[in-house]
Amino acid sequence: MDRVNNFAFKIATANGTGSASANGLIMQAIFRMGVPVSGKNVFPSNIQGLPTWYEIRVNKDGYTARTPTFDLMVTLNPATYQRDVSEVHQGGWLLYDSTWPFDKQLHRPDVTYLGVPLAQMCNEAFKGVRERILMKNIAYAGALAALLNFDTDIIRALLKEKFSKKPALMDSNQKAVDLGYNYAKEHFNCPLPIHLQPLDKTKDAILIDGNTAASLGCVYAGATVGAWYPITPATSLMEGFKGFCQKFRIEPGTNRNRFAILQAEDELAAIGMVIGASWMGARAFTPTSGPGISLMSEFIGLGYYAEVPAVIFDVQRTGPSTGMPTRTQQGDIMTCAYASHGDTRHICIYPADPREAFEFAVKAFDLAERFQTPVFVLSDLDIGMNDWMVPKLTWDDSYRPDRGKVLSAAELDQAKSFYRYLDVDGDGIPYRTLPGVHPKGAYFTRGSGHNKFGGYTEDGEEYSEVVERLDRKIQRAAKFVPQPVTRTAPGAKMGLLTIGGCHGACIEALDLLSKDGIPLDYMRVRGFPFGEDVATFLDSHEITFIVEQNRDGQLRNLLLLETGVSVAKMESVRYNGGFPISASHIITGVKAKIEKAA
Amino acid sequence: MTYIAKPKIHHPALQKNAIGLVRRDYEGAITTLCAGCGHDSITAAIIQAFWELSIPPHKVAKLSGIGCSSKTPTYFLREAHGFNSVHGRMPAIVTGANAANGEVIYIGVSGDGDSLSIGLGQLSHAIRRNVNVLYVLENNGVYGLTKGQFSASADPGSTSKKGEANTMDAIDGVLLALTLGATFVARSFSGDKAQLVPIIKAGLMHKGFAFVDVISPCVTFNDHEGSTKSYAYTREKNVEVVQADFVPPMAPITTDYEPGSVRNVMLHDGSWVRLRKLAEDYDHADRDRAYAYIRERAREGEVLTGLLYLQPDSSDMQEQNNIVSEPLTRLPYESLCPGNAELQKLQARFR
Repeated sequence: MDRVNNFAFKIATANGTGSASANGLIMQAIFRMGVPVSGKNVFPSNIQGLPTWYEIRVNKDGYTARTPTFDLMVTLNPATYQRDVSEVHQGGWLLYDSTWPFDKQLHRPDVTYLGVPLAQMCNEAFKGVRERILMKNIAYAGALAALLNFDTDIIRALLKEKFSKKPALMDSNQKAVDLGYNYAKEHFNCPLPIHLQPLDKTKDAILIDGNTAASLGCVYAGATVGAWYPITPATSLMEGFKGFCQKFRIEPGTNRNRFAILQAEDELAAIGMVIGASWMGARAFTPTSGPGISLMSEFIGLGYYAEVPAVIFDVQRTGPSTGMPTRTQQGDIMTCAYASHGDTRHICIYPADPREAFEFAVKAFDLAERFQTPVFVLSDLDIGMNDWMVPKLTWDDSYRPDRGKVLSAAELDQAKSFYRYLDVDGDGIPYRTLPGVHPKGAYFTRGSGHNKFGGYTEDGEEYSEVVERLDRKIQRAAKFVPQPVTRTAPGAKMGLLTIGGCHGACIEALDLLSKDGIPLDYMRVRGFPFGEDVATFLDSHEITFIVEQNRDGQLRNLLLLETGVSVAKMESVRYNGGFPISASHIITGVKAKIEKAA
Repeated sequence: MTYIAKPKIHHPALQKNAIGLVRRDYEGAITTLCAGCGHDSITAAIIQAFWELSIPPHKVAKLSGIGCSSKTPTYFLREAHGFNSVHGRMPAIVTGANAANGEVIYIGVSGDGDSLSIGLGQLSHAIRRNVNVLYVLENNGVYGLTKGQFSASADPGSTSKKGEANTMDAIDGVLLALTLGATFVARSFSGDKAQLVPIIKAGLMHKGFAFVDVISPCVTFNDHEGSTKSYAYTREKNVEVVQADFVPPMAPITTDYEPGSVRNVMLHDGSWVRLRKLAEDYDHADRDRAYAYIRERAREGEVLTGLLYLQPDSSDMQEQNNIVSEPLTRLPYESLCPGNAELQKLQARFR
């Protein structure tokens, strides 16, 4: 197998030592060489000291899903030597800090050990404990540059850009890169068989994480109020929003903010603030994760029943309870679809990557205001916090927000009467008014029983009339949510259906399965409620493998509940361990199901 | 409650305010609370205050949580948008609403269960943020809708209707508000409209969180002997220490009171609150001394009322967050979206 531009490596360090900037440098350098690349940050819920890893996959064909084994391991944390050694491919390489001897017991005959005295070199070259630790990271990046054939001009340029305002730092970083680079050149056969060659496959792409992209979407959608409670892995979404607002949303002349960011006392308050702001007519959102959704549930029911828009980003992490806060999962599919007590059903949209996170963020506000209801954007830790290579974002300047049916003061002046929950147009969506606009627009927003005129009711028929309309309203949204993405394989009798961030691994698995004589048609659902084409896809295949990242097959269960398709037509293929799903998980799962059936 | 619907037509001789509205224009639906409920008297005071201030009703948003008290926004200002939210969570709604549009006048109505138990956290943080709202806590010491359980404001030793004694200490909303830095703290009694109306007016005009605890007897579940929130007990024990009069902007400041005991405090819009000290050793401008005095008198069995603390020049949430003066809800989309050219430029940082 050709190993050029087709390999994966992993860097093991301790949290809080500054390895993130070295890993970022490596990712960016590969990307700028025009070679498709992806990075997965496997980090602990900890500030300093616990093991952390960074995984980088280089793939000329653009497969960027996670791989669970590695050609090269950079192991700099003695606490994880044993585990790190075990994850190296047969015939692979292991780079370690040879300042100290490497435990002989951990030697594998099928792995080549590359010792670089990183600590020793940095102790000699740099002063001060902090700088020595930081530069050790940059030095391993230098060694990798030699071993993997990085373009050293690109590294130099990156350092120059990064430290343009701090020339002293640029010099020490360059010095550290050179230390590692020169040592590797002198002592090893550089480059290794796994290495980089410049390509031309990234020029129309960017490297971006989903939280940053989603926050940019919020800015472009015209959101003005963000309320939140800090939670991994959603925190960087609000940090991103703040950064972009400080760049784009400061009123000239006054230096005042055309936005409000409210750090709430908890998630209950965060969603309450969003509902309050949306009720007043602002575009408002909250980023959170599973535990936050649990806390928000009561308010979500209010938003649904009282018909107040809200946009909720659920950057999913591993549950239940606190779970594994720094690991990914698609564990909130069911919770979000039916959040809160009583009969509810919520519009959910499922981005697969940061580009969709950007686009769907905008879409979410349009849907929330059009349908006057809370809308969930279900991202996950992998999409939200890892850097993905995606096509550059573009913006249609003719876009204008869909504010839905909101009556203006002039319209209210003309109106004979206004009743908040009356289905005037027969589409299930009533007209809405905003506070402070017009005396005729006044009504009582309430989570208690109400009739179509907005009055309090305890009358069964009046109550039913409103909730039946609500059901029709939300079901109609199936036509307005992002439609499924499909791909057909010639001769396929079976299908594979997935959701969100599984997309990349599924595409890779489909290609490999097809080579193995198992062609599968493909569908990725992108919105809930599901449209008819989802049921049609399931109906038209003998069997469909439902691929997702949780224990219980939540997507399959939702499909069973909502499409009416028989359970016999769906086979669940799932992974729940907290790492982003790999093609190998899917291939193994699909093959096992086929064998079992045969 | 009564079953007779109110007529919509007004008598032509009814007195009009500065914007030509009569008091009836500030009313709402007919109350569904028990006859004699203290909350209805508070509603009447709220109506009176809004009418006297000549505030257009539709420029007001009235919010509440859940409980008897939280039903009352239905009974005033029918032309104002109302929001009967979830239990204990009204402060979050009003916080978000205020961030989105600071031009609307906000009044939140809550109860002692809603504010001091389930909603204690939200109330505390709304005070801390100094959200610009008049927050009226209709305090009866009891859960009415669920038929008579003690609330967190029930005094130790007070007894329920069934004779059971409360063993825990009370949470006093006034002391809590003072501790958390509230900029306007008052206590009143639903049976004292003369005292309550000016406090509500001043609270509405105060920029920041105006906290008004109103003792409001529950005639059905907490008006018996042994209760410390009954009409009889409150009438006997309440001691007014600072009398507030609200003086609109432009009105002449007259000096009817003896010099030394009266202070005129200007609010942000140029209106005045005239504070008349009724207790020699009380100081409404000294948070720590006010706190100590209220506690000290409470130990003697007195319930101090009046505008107990006022800091007229604080910065509210809008200011603290440096939000533009135009409500965020009215900003044109063009001023919010940076456009494609900026997006393309920005993406250099992602390469």
